[in-house]
Amino acid sequence: MNREASISVVDLTKRFGSFTAVDAISFDVKKGEIFGFLGANGAGKTTAMRMLCGLSMPTSGKAVVAGFDLYKESEKIKKSIGYMSQKFSLYEDLTVRENNRFYGGIYGLTDEQIKEKTAFMLEHLKLESKADTLVKALPLGWKQKLSFSVAMIHDPQIVFLDEPTGGVDPITRREFWTMIYEAAHRGTTVFVTTHYMDEAEYCDRVSIMVDGKIEAMDTPAELAKQFNAKGMGDVFVQLARTAKRSDN
Amino acid sequence: MGEAVKAERIYKSFQSDKTKIEALNEISFSVGTGELFGLIGPDGAGKTTLFRILTTLLLADQGDAWVDGLEVVSQYKEIRKRVGYMPGKFSLYQDLTVEENISFFATLFDTTLKENYDLVKDIYVQIEPFKNRRAGALSGGMKQKLALSCALIHKPSVLFLDEPTTGVDAVSRREFWELLRNLQAQGITIVVSTPYMDEASLCDRVALIQDGKIMDIDTPKGITAKFNKSLWAARSNDMYKLMNDLRADERINTCYRFGQFHHVTFNEMDHEIKIIADQLISRGHADLRIQKIDPTIEDCFMALMNE
Repeated sequence: MNREASISVVDLTKRFGSFTAVDAISFDVKKGEIFGFLGANGAGKTTAMRMLCGLSMPTSGKAVVAGFDLYKESEKIKKSIGYMSQKFSLYEDLTVRENNRFYGGIYGLTDEQIKEKTAFMLEHLKLESKADTLVKALPLGWKQKLSFSVAMIHDPQIVFLDEPTGGVDPITRREFWTMIYEAAHRGTTVFVTTHYMDEAEYCDRVSIMVDGKIEAMDTPAELAKQFNAKGMGDVFVQLARTAKRSDN
Repeated sequence: MGEAVKAERIYKSFQSDKTKIEALNEISFSVGTGELFGLIGPDGAGKTTLFRILTTLLLADQGDAWVDGLEVVSQYKEIRKRVGYMPGKFSLYQDLTVEENISFFATLFDTTLKENYDLVKDIYVQIEPFKNRRAGALSGGMKQKLALSCALIHKPSVLFLDEPTTGVDAVSRREFWELLRNLQAQGITIVVSTPYMDEASLCDRVALIQDGKIMDIDTPKGITAKFNKSLWAARSNDMYKLMNDLRADERINTCYRFGQFHHVTFNEMDHEIKIIADQLISRGHADLRIQKIDPTIEDCFMALMNE
């Protein structure tokens, strides 16, 4: 168990009845690292991510997230991490400012802190003119950038991003990754899933899950070498094709 | 080759609070019979609205459209018999089993699974082992195959697929496109939308759509041939610093990350690249590689967005 790591996982397992969704996965993620968590649909990514966020108890194995034990300190974990996905992010019927206020409040920020954070965010995202606009009226790309900022409102040690760029236009997708790089540069650990293989190349390290197990984990360049592949797309296809578990 | 779909200056707007959103702003295009035609664009571009108008589920504010030679407003009933539509959101009956959903849709069109079995066989055999499972309990991939089987059950002449591969992993996406090619070979015209730019090259022709407007329509090769700047791929040992250094250089027009490389266009002539490369090396970039490359559809899409 590596207590220095931002995330440290040993033999983490989750079974649903006779079905082993996550099968003894082990890995460490360093502080400030961008860690890509890849796998085909049904490989067990979501189940693993839910456990790391303290939302689902493992069947067995150990994990320390942001310095806290997954079994005994899951509430502390929840306070130390940020989370966003394409599906769940912001409240559409609240304005940009109200969403900030709401999430800031949930994470226990003071009014002063929320005000400060909101002002900084609006300026950084060039959203000043939209502060009092309902989120549902914003284009998707802005929503995604905004929900990333909201996930970071409490300066979490780790941010979990579940397919954050699905369906986003190609320019905004890249702006989003610039935000990820900036966050990692400031020391935030980024744990990210994606179906865009070019985005897998942007990660410091990538793991690929097949049938509940991690079958490969290294830097994109090393993985390409190991699999004699042109890039992460080829590596992914080679591994995912070995899956025995049918997608059912 | 006849026209399976024809749209002329289709305009549709929606009112949201006080703002008017122009979902489709004078869209015109046509799809030839037997063609595999792609609508490529991000969420919010207007793809779903366009599909709903063409499948007679929504009326355009202005403009005209025909599907299989029939006019979408006056002949909507006939169109509905002839098109297959797979919406982006799973829309089958979750409480019915796989088999029940299929026989329900077959009955609506006065047909049976047996009658057009050749058409759906490749897809149906993959869901057959689960035929007694309720649709709501299927995995994403299986739901998609069931929805496609239901959309094909009446042997439609035109098949509309709204983002069938969104959220689907890279391997399953490749398999899905192979299925589409097989359907096309059986004479079905296919109009498919996707936010994945790399899927454009799998279509006969594509329309690049953004903010309710078509930015370009052509074959994938025709689109990339129109890219009128020289494009370079650059990499070094520190990609983040390289991006910042390139963007700070005023001779650089655009610089975007593309997988292992940055794709860069210059304002200067090609031979200037050597000078820029030397300057980057003197700024501490190790393992610097810069090479001229052919543009992808995504390069073209971004260039058109910037125009």
